[in-house]
Amino acid sequence: MTDTPLRIIETERTLLARFREWWSGETANPVKRVQFDRPLTPWLFILPQMAVVVIFFYWPSVQAVTSSFYIEDPFGFGSTFVGLENYQDALNSSEYMSTAAFTAFFCITVTALALGLGLLLAVKADKVIRGAETYKTLLISVYAIAPPVAGLIGMMFFDMHMGPFTQIAGWFGYELKVGINYWDTAIALITISVWKQIPYNFIFFLSGLQSVPVSVREAALIDAQSGWRRFKDVTLPLLAPTAFFLLIINITYTMFDTFPIIDVIVKDKPANNPMTLVYKVYLDGFKGNDIGGSSAQSVILMVVVALLTVLQFRFLERRVHYG
Amino acid sequence: MQKIKPLDHLILILGALFLCVPVLMTLMSSTHGAVEIHSGGLYITPGSDGAATYAKVLTHRGGFTGDVTGLLMLTNSLIMGLGFAIGKIALSMMAAYALVYFRFRFATLLFWMIFATLLLPLEVRIMPSYQVMSTLGLLNTYTGLIVPLLASATGTFFFRQFFKSVPDELLEAARIDGAGPIKFFIDVLVPLSKTMMAAIFIIMFIYGWNQYLWPLLMTTDESFYTLMRGIKSILQVWVGSQIPDYNEAFALAVLAMVPPVAVVVIFQRMFIKGLTESDK
Repeated sequence: MTDTPLRIIETERTLLARFREWWSGETANPVKRVQFDRPLTPWLFILPQMAVVVIFFYWPSVQAVTSSFYIEDPFGFGSTFVGLENYQDALNSSEYMSTAAFTAFFCITVTALALGLGLLLAVKADKVIRGAETYKTLLISVYAIAPPVAGLIGMMFFDMHMGPFTQIAGWFGYELKVGINYWDTAIALITISVWKQIPYNFIFFLSGLQSVPVSVREAALIDAQSGWRRFKDVTLPLLAPTAFFLLIINITYTMFDTFPIIDVIVKDKPANNPMTLVYKVYLDGFKGNDIGGSSAQSVILMVVVALLTVLQFRFLERRVHYG
Repeated sequence: MQKIKPLDHLILILGALFLCVPVLMTLMSSTHGAVEIHSGGLYITPGSDGAATYAKVLTHRGGFTGDVTGLLMLTNSLIMGLGFAIGKIALSMMAAYALVYFRFRFATLLFWMIFATLLLPLEVRIMPSYQVMSTLGLLNTYTGLIVPLLASATGTFFFRQFFKSVPDELLEAARIDGAGPIKFFIDVLVPLSKTMMAAIFIIMFIYGWNQYLWPLLMTTDESFYTLMRGIKSILQVWVGSQIPDYNEAFALAVLAMVPPVAVVVIFQRMFIKGLTESDK
């Protein structure tokens, strides 16, 4: 919208620089030239946040790691240390691997579609003048709809008895059986997840496009006659940093935030239905009472997410060089 | 200027239809009866049973205990959304203030401890989180619903960055005038942050209102059910019923989506600011 996003990115970059300083043992520059110098007051201010973080973040996280090395007695009589057995069990199970394969497929499809459609709509919305505000409001409003509500709406649209999508598929001679047929359910999950994520990508692409300076746009208009070439050679490289950032966000979204959609569509009939790794953690932990196995799966996921987040910050840093 | 082709409008219209028609049909179908929906499918025109359906959903005592009404779930969702947004702003502003405006030992360590919470979303540590909550006796409480969700750094970053952009001269002036840290915070920084607070409030309210997994785990007592939790249970009731209460499910969905959508549409500008600048 304005030039502010760039300013924030600047500070993110210095934040990384600070991390390096801190890592290498050099003293970080103070954030402010002038600061208060009281022994007790800062603790008073930071204490509530620290208490919440320690109790509700570090404690459970540590517990996840420790219980991943144990097998809990199903009747609650203590637990046995088993080392890496839970991890081996998870990684050797064909069920886990097929869930992982589906999660990867799901991530790639949803991310590609949601990014592609979001970008297409943002480019067009950036171009038109008449009705621009109306389009924008319509395309953004769906953002606020909660994933479970999206799941419920999707469930109705894919309902085998009266869903419009099922009817449309019927016109083409295809019988859509969501909830029964593995790939039909997958189609429903992908459609709903993409539907829910388009507005987010649209907002970021649009604000990325609108921060391209007018002079650059005009120069491109003179140099490149064809709209496609202009898009490919000028707009896309300028948007690349936003796209990288969104790529990571979209992968994280598909891995974690689609939980409610899966829960509503698949309900409690996981047999023969696709699901993601996160859903399996929940299912094994709460329905299967396999706390050790579920924890080991959690830890595997933690590593994946941590890697993704580190990647995200690397791209955030890169964003500045392009912008 | 660039040429605008009719195709551009066509793409935008198709996009808007794809996104908005399902919402519209949900809204319209909720005003039809269950039997009507069962035989005629979803509707794009209003029906005549709306008032009755909404009255029933809002006031009829349902669920297993016969205690929970739509109105109660609406209230709980509101408590969840407001409690989360306010709690988040309060905690993160205070923490960011300490990190930016004070020179104290371990500040860097504390900063990275808070920062690390961004690494792991709640979903990967649900099982142990549940155990911790049950150890602390916080299951089926508002505290248990709201406070654990506050353990993430997004807000703290947002305010930290904002405070860093506040001119140093303000603090110098305040110190010359003899203002202490608490007075400076309340009388200078809080009024200065009003726009930022509003922007982050919108994002956090939607986030809190839309929570699903956490309430699902934390609440077994129906008097603490939020609308999102209610959606889960209305679907469970469907299994085995002849004609499911489609209309009531749709009405519940409408109740669950209207407040956050309205907030986004009304405060669009501020919402986009909050979203693109906090990056979450």
